Amino acid sequence: MTTLELARVTKRFGSGHLEVDALTDVSMGVQPGELVAVMGPSGSGKTTLLSLAGGLDTASEGTVRVEGVDLSSLGARELARLRRRRIGYVFQQLNLIEGLTAGENVSLPLELDGVVTRSARGAALEALALMEMAELVDRFPEELSGGEQQRVAIARAVVGERILLLADEPTGALDSVTGESVLRLLRGHCDRGGAGVLVTHDARFAAWADRVVFLRDGRIADETRAPEGPESLLAQTARR
Amino acid sequence: MSVPMSLLALLDEGPNFGLRLKQEFEWRTGGIWPLNVGQVYTSLDRLEREGLVRPADSGEERQRVYEITPAGQERLAAWFERPVDRSPGRDQLVLKLVMAVRHPGLDPSGVIQAERRGAVEVLQEYTRLKRDPLEDDLGWAFLVDSLIFQAEARVRWLDACEARLVKARGGRTGGPRAGGEPTSGDRGAEADDAREEAVR
Repeated sequence: MTTLELARVTKRFGSGHLEVDALTDVSMGVQPGELVAVMGPSGSGKTTLLSLAGGLDTASEGTVRVEGVDLSSLGARELARLRRRRIGYVFQQLNLIEGLTAGENVSLPLELDGVVTRSARGAALEALALMEMAELVDRFPEELSGGEQQRVAIARAVVGERILLLADEPTGALDSVTGESVLRLLRGHCDRGGAGVLVTHDARFAAWADRVVFLRDGRIADETRAPEGPESLLAQTARR
Repeated sequence: MSVPMSLLALLDEGPNFGLRLKQEFEWRTGGIWPLNVGQVYTSLDRLEREGLVRPADSGEERQRVYEITPAGQERLAAWFERPVDRSPGRDQLVLKLVMAVRHPGLDPSGVIQAERRGAVEVLQEYTRLKRDPLEDDLGWAFLVDSLIFQAEARVRWLDACEARLVKARGGRTGGPRAGGEPTSGDRGAEADDAREEAVR
């Protein structure tokens, strides 16, 4: 089943002569195991697309489905539950809670969802271990480097049974090598069967995706077709 | 000049013969700089004429073995010390956009997007090489990073061209769909650049 599907989605802000389409007639799907990058200049609609995909905002026209469920068919409580359980968000602004340890930050969304503390902590430790952060589980955010904090934020986004990971410029404040390690983690989530959408202006990070979608003025202007097989450059240059 | 100097660097590790030097060169550069044996022997002849290498007494009759001379070691040390010559070469992408921007009836933004897509596709392929950690072979990691940063620079330059174009038009972008195919596949351009560099 397609993890995320946008079908002819338009998002309009304002009204009357101040009406502006932030997204126009956008259709795209993200399959399990797939990481899709969205690139475009400022104001092209990247963040709006991510907000609609994550149920943080509603489309003016068209349909957004997560695992086949039309988000507009859900009531506020059902939508909140779906967001908590199936969708993870990573932003440039990490929003880690200062008074909580790395482990508590990661387990919090599960505990808020009614998972008993012991199970939630176990799941948090598992998610942190995937981010190679298990030994730092008891550190507070201020005791962690920028890259480590970002790992905690990603662990929080994938903890439990979350399947769709939405990342908005997650490498923004990080240096090149740390940024790359963040992309490795997002890639790993998808390689384990999750799905991801990565919004970035940086082609070097977008290139970790299976597919890159280019947005211009709220429309999908183009997308990459990554070649596979023996004709690929990989086959020509890889030597091991 | 970089191929003869690379051969000199390999010979500084020990005497060797042409075919081995070709194989070692290609292995270290991940196959992106293919050499033919003739090219290797032409370079070795030239290095020999300049007194930078000489035939070694190896007891091997069928293969001519070369070794580096003290003058060759001096030249090699100077190569490692000084910045390489980076005089601007002809870039077919730059040429294409310079022509496109004044071409009647053509929307340059479509050309820019087609090239950007091509460059990002190339980047995606290079990035696949990084999925396995590269730290166990630093030379290979340097090479892959270099390819990635060059392709990224191309995308950033295209972004800058588009931003200039939009500004010149008073904020309007062009048609949404890209027109045309990337310049002979960006991959071809990269290979061409690599070959030109090798010849230099």
